[in-house]
Amino acid sequence: MNASPDITERFKRGDKGAVARAISWAENGDPRFATLIADVYSKVGHAWRIGITGPPGAGKSTLVNEIAKALRTRERTVGILAVDPSSPLSGGALLGDRIRMEERTLDKGIYIRSMASRGSHGGLSRTTVDACDAMDAFGFDEIVVETVGVGQAEYDVVSAADTVVVVLCPGAGDGVQAMKAGLLEVADVLAVNKAELPGADRLIMDLEEAVHIRLAGKSTWMTPVVACSAARGDGIEDLIAAVERHREHLKAHDLDGIRREKRLAQVHRVLDERIAEHLWSGGGFGERARALLDSGRSPYDVVAELFSALLAEHRHQKNGAK
Amino acid sequence: MSAQDVKQVDARALWQEAFEGARKRDVDFSSVSGSKLKGLYGPEDASVDFARDLGYPGQFPFTRGVHATMYRSRLWTMRQFAGFGSAQQTNERFKFLLEHGQTGLSTAFDFPTLMGYDSDHERSRGEVGQVGVAISSLRDMQTLMDGIPMADVSTSMTINGPAPILLAFYIACGERQGVDPKLLRGTVQNDILKEFQAQHAWIVPAEPALRMITDVMGYCSTHVPQWNTISISGYHIREAGSTAAQELAFTLANGMEYVKRGIAAGLDVDDFAPRLSFFFDSHIDFFEEIAKFRAARRIWARKMRDTFGAKDPKSWMVRFHTQTAGVTLTAQQPENNIVRTAFEALAAVLGGTQSLHTNSMDETLSLPTEKAVKIALRTQQIIAEETEVAHVIDPLAGSYFVEAQTNRLEAEAEKYFAEIERRGGVVPATEAGYIQREIHRSAVGYQAAVERGSKKVVGVNCYEEDHDRTPTIEIHKIDPAVERDQHQRLAEVRKKRDAAKAKSAIDDIRDACKGTDNLLERFVAAAHAECTLGEIAQVLRDEFGEYKEPKIL
Amino acid sequence: MTDRKIRVLVAKPGLDGHDRGAKTVASVLRDSGMEVIYTGLHQTPEMIAEVAVQEDVDVVGLSILSGAHMELFPRVREELKKRGLDHVLLTGGGIIPGEDMEKLESQGFAKLFGPGTRTDAIAEYIKTEMKRRWAHTS
Repeated sequence: MNASPDITERFKRGDKGAVARAISWAENGDPRFATLIADVYSKVGHAWRIGITGPPGAGKSTLVNEIAKALRTRERTVGILAVDPSSPLSGGALLGDRIRMEERTLDKGIYIRSMASRGSHGGLSRTTVDACDAMDAFGFDEIVVETVGVGQAEYDVVSAADTVVVVLCPGAGDGVQAMKAGLLEVADVLAVNKAELPGADRLIMDLEEAVHIRLAGKSTWMTPVVACSAARGDGIEDLIAAVERHREHLKAHDLDGIRREKRLAQVHRVLDERIAEHLWSGGGFGERARALLDSGRSPYDVVAELFSALLAEHRHQKNGAK
Repeated sequence: MSAQDVKQVDARALWQEAFEGARKRDVDFSSVSGSKLKGLYGPEDASVDFARDLGYPGQFPFTRGVHATMYRSRLWTMRQFAGFGSAQQTNERFKFLLEHGQTGLSTAFDFPTLMGYDSDHERSRGEVGQVGVAISSLRDMQTLMDGIPMADVSTSMTINGPAPILLAFYIACGERQGVDPKLLRGTVQNDILKEFQAQHAWIVPAEPALRMITDVMGYCSTHVPQWNTISISGYHIREAGSTAAQELAFTLANGMEYVKRGIAAGLDVDDFAPRLSFFFDSHIDFFEEIAKFRAARRIWARKMRDTFGAKDPKSWMVRFHTQTAGVTLTAQQPENNIVRTAFEALAAVLGGTQSLHTNSMDETLSLPTEKAVKIALRTQQIIAEETEVAHVIDPLAGSYFVEAQTNRLEAEAEKYFAEIERRGGVVPATEAGYIQREIHRSAVGYQAAVERGSKKVVGVNCYEEDHDRTPTIEIHKIDPAVERDQHQRLAEVRKKRDAAKAKSAIDDIRDACKGTDNLLERFVAAAHAECTLGEIAQVLRDEFGEYKEPKIL
Repeated sequence: MTDRKIRVLVAKPGLDGHDRGAKTVASVLRDSGMEVIYTGLHQTPEMIAEVAVQEDVDVVGLSILSGAHMELFPRVREELKKRGLDHVLLTGGGIIPGEDMEKLESQGFAKLFGPGTRTDAIAEYIKTEMKRRWAHTS
């Protein structure tokens, strides 16, 4: 557990290497992350968290680059987390989103981190929230989390954000695909990128109609549809304005309560992980389960037995503690 | 069925049985591009309509060659690519090559020049003169061409992003030598699409880059009529790892895009298409390469005549330069590279190339030494003078195998054309990284095949020798003094020139960027005003922005 | 502690555009289980070091075919040092003559790889080296 005090000190001093290390700890499930974040947690909550998702090829990285650029002209500092899928076969990943953000590399007010999904059940959501907390405590004004919208894990990731922007672009059936995939349901703002391409107007109309049907009368927030072209730098201000409006809306509608629920979800995830780890590595449940299975019992039977054993131990400990 | 036919059928069945029953070597029977190969090809594999698919040399569809006489009238141009260090050092190498029987010049530039940076730019540090010659100003170009009669020699310049600027230096240099631009002969590569796809030296994004290309086509058609305005290049696509079919398809697709752009800019296709030339790789798979060259001619002729409505037979012709494949050279046992290069050069000649560069054996290690360059040139001379292969036109036509491969490559190229079309054309397909990903996939596949041992490379995965990392042959190194001298030369140029004239030339370029005036015309004026490459390129960056590569991986 | 992955930055310093090798190696390292950050072409030494900091990488692999390695490689190393990244495994490859490789290795570079190297040998080298280093540090 060496280097931890040193990293905390560097973290507080504003050394990007320290926030980078903190995120690695979070990714690796290193307990040093908990120590560090506890130390700086009073600072968490300052940043606005924007989640950006959408199908592959929608131009998300280019859009993130443009958003960051526009935020910088407002003198806002920005932490960016770019999540890419890990290879299910090798567990490795190729993280290339920085390519589109190259001109931000040397900007002192920007931090960019590439993260692999590592494909572990719920682990990605936990790590993403940790990474956002770390960047938040580090002092960034805005946090942008970019992820490919292809599956449930990605929804969870963006759900951790205050404002979720779903990016689509004209092209064969993208609008329909997005609706089918349920992307619209997580969107607080819909961005139609590459708006100069044929089909953009149609896509915008379709999306507006879909939003209207889904939300009219049911929600106080009507998801706006914003046309933009990241490659040309068009419509970025409109997009940021839409995010701002959503932020004002949430502030007027119990932002603290919403954020508390998100933190609760994180407590839930971490607790689940801890319990599982305790049972399977510390608690010897693996051997016990194996022994029970070898005696021919069904998995459900084994669970029932182990669960009552767990509760009994828990009760015993509580009584013992009295 | 006649008795003759019955006998044929029997013979075929007999062979089939003998062939299939026999033990085979345990190797992957496929082309170097991974295309499965049969053990024997016959008439049923090579459906060819002689008049439609082959014809006669010098006639549509030019499968058999672009000239009626081919090498009987004139051998191909032996054109060794050269350039390193300072303009003066390269000038000396040029003269050495001309003295040894080379018939055309071909210029390699260093990376700063290729990217449009002056030698004294921060990003040029350590790179000046390293892989080619550093040319930052008209003065450098004058040194490069010093003592070389520009009216008599044809010069090829491998430059793309800043091609119009370097061409402007060349035109201005000719004018200073007293040579009418109408007499200048040569080529600028000027093929920006393949830069985005494979070679990766660029300045501005696709649209302004393509506009500059049509400006070059427009300007040259009246002022420099003998100049080849683009050399549409498959070489770098192949070297980046593509298959033969991908090289063929992407190169011709790029070519067709330039033609579309020229037509859209209001030019008559027959005014500029005859000045388009091509540049292909000659890889190690002998027959596949020969078929590729033949297919290229046939596809282009058909597209130009039937799709673009060109009337001038010169617009239909693929005239091409070939370079042997740098990627097939090995650092291990470098002398073997002489042999590889000889086979590749022979394929290019049998494929009907108009000019040829043969690689030197030491090029995986450094720039070639004089001795290595001479052997490479002698390789071509041996093919030309000793082997007697140059006497007969398209000698492999009618080979069942070669015709089958020619047909296959044409069909594979057509599939790619359709896919690119489906993606909205070459520019969107490139900006989305599709073409780059196709090339990357082939490159990774080939590397894996070599490491598995299913593709063999002598000295690398078979017949290896114990060797240390220090190569056993002489290495050519660039003296760091070259960079310092360049800084001094540039400082002098900037000090001595008429500052007001230079500034007004730059302002004129800025205006032309905002409007539609021909940029090459402004570049020529700026060259005469001693503006530097970097100064001119900076205006382009300011006005048009910089190209950004898409995410491929 | 859960699964720790080796994080590698594959970078192309300088102006050369030959990325076939870099991209192939990046793909192979991914396939051998590493997390590979690829930043694209034409990077300055400063940019490479800054990315190494922000990404908290374990390994930096440079690829260069322009002949400018004796200028650019030491500058990358300097920039890394300036940012306190002495611990990073700094390796690379390309067209680098043997004597230059030896010089760079003596200046603190880890093993460098020349033309014709097997890509799995590179992956194996990085894995072995990181295993050794991690065994020492934690």
